[in-house]
Amino acid sequence: MPHHRVRWRPSVGYGIKLHVWGDRACFTRPEMKVERVSYDVMTPSAARGILDAILWKPQMRWIVERIHVLRPIRFQSLRRNEVGDKASSALTERAMQTGSTAGLGLVVEEKRQQRAATLLTNVAYVIEARFELTDKAGRDDTPAKYLSMFNRRAASGQCFHRPCLGTREFPADFALLTEDAPLPASTLPAEHRDRDLGWMLHDIMGPGRVSQFFRARLTGGVLDVRACLAEGTVT
Amino acid sequence: MTSETAGVTRRHEFVLFFDVQNGNPNGDPDAGNLPRLDPETSQGLVSDVALKRKIRNYVALARPDAPGHEIYMRDGATLNLEHRRAWAAVMPEAKPEDQKKLPKEAKARELTRWMCANFWDIRTFGAVMTTGVNAGQVRGPVQLAFARSVEPVLPLEIAITRLAATTESDAETKGGRTMGRKHIVPYGLYRAHGFVSAPLASHPVKGTGFSDDDLALLFEALGQMFDHDRSAARGEMATRKLVIFRHATALGNAPAHTLFDRVQTLRVHKGEAHEIGADATDNWPPARSFSDYRVTVDREGLPAGVEVIEP
Repeated sequence: MPHHRVRWRPSVGYGIKLHVWGDRACFTRPEMKVERVSYDVMTPSAARGILDAILWKPQMRWIVERIHVLRPIRFQSLRRNEVGDKASSALTERAMQTGSTAGLGLVVEEKRQQRAATLLTNVAYVIEARFELTDKAGRDDTPAKYLSMFNRRAASGQCFHRPCLGTREFPADFALLTEDAPLPASTLPAEHRDRDLGWMLHDIMGPGRVSQFFRARLTGGVLDVRACLAEGTVT
Repeated sequence: MTSETAGVTRRHEFVLFFDVQNGNPNGDPDAGNLPRLDPETSQGLVSDVALKRKIRNYVALARPDAPGHEIYMRDGATLNLEHRRAWAAVMPEAKPEDQKKLPKEAKARELTRWMCANFWDIRTFGAVMTTGVNAGQVRGPVQLAFARSVEPVLPLEIAITRLAATTESDAETKGGRTMGRKHIVPYGLYRAHGFVSAPLASHPVKGTGFSDDDLALLFEALGQMFDHDRSAARGEMATRKLVIFRHATALGNAPAHTLFDRVQTLRVHKGEAHEIGADATDNWPPARSFSDYRVTVDREGLPAGVEVIEP
């Protein structure tokens, strides 16, 4: 499952909490990705992507432990013009053999697809995560080094690239929560705090890019990734 | 092919204000081409891709023959043809069957670098180039979010007539006249947020080479793109204000949302100005021009390393 063999580290002590929010989000369900439909909540893989956008090195790997859902889960539909077609490789091959590009064209206007996306609106989460060192870590790479690097960046709003909520048109705002800071107030209605969210993508892993799924449950408004993973996964 | 230029090394955020008068800034294909609306707030929306289309069109128009300023996703563009050109330039000996798979990492980088050097929009927004002939995937430094009107807008449906018919049967049954509909927003001031992630421009491996000149062209495009996008549907659209936050470093010097919060829009009426949605504005007539708004930028106590630019 991991990219690199993991050096064992105690999991306590290197955790971080990041508050993220935005107007819209689309954590696309892989089974409905033509006309995109978002999962109800942020996936661990999307949460990892946000952390990666702030700090990632080959020497480390983020492990998302908990995702707190802070706002009501609401959807909105949005249809856009997209380019849908892939040009056929057979045509390309033929064109290359004949040395002529005639008939190879992919005209954007002709390949238009109007696709609806079912998005989440007005979302906010707290990501609780820790990181592990991979076997690419050298002797100078201590967890404390990366922890302080991450904390410094997140606290001052720095990022390698702008993190997003599923897709790049939905940028994420973020703020670091220090260890003793209280969690932001949640407006998630009481009746939605305990829900079975069904099978959800955990992450896409390893050199083979294998999708791993887990049974996601909200318990008291929290998606406890570790507890859900313990129930078993499928790939 | 241009010589390689250094990528942007400073993070930027920008706020773009543009307005529409008696036009449809972005039709919703789901709602019979009505102007896009946020159903919860009735604020108007303009999608990120609509804005990117206009930026691309402006660059194609403004730099038609400039080397390195080709537009990949252009109207009538031939995507795979461009991939093939990349292959021809980098690996002229490659056989078609080799090209279906992503080549070795270094070669792939060479291909994407060539695409980035030639195509302004790939350098800027990135592109998925995994169609048929595989030239890899590029993430561009520039990211746009949806634009949203600062106040709710009320789209109007205007019925129009035409004194000619398309088909003979229409000509007979309808006496040669047909009717149509136009959807307009009487007035709307829209606000969009954008991000320029410097590492995606200047990083030795992941950078696209998006340069300071490219950035200047992006801001030029944001300022002028509506001037070259006139049509019957759009009405009068114009960029009203562009506020740029330039950080001193690649990773940035302040959280983006704290900078965006410094840009505020006020409603103005008869010399009075109030925050949008303030009780005092309840009986005010709806906004119908940019002079009904005032945009302020709070420059007090800017975080160290952040400068505000208003071109």
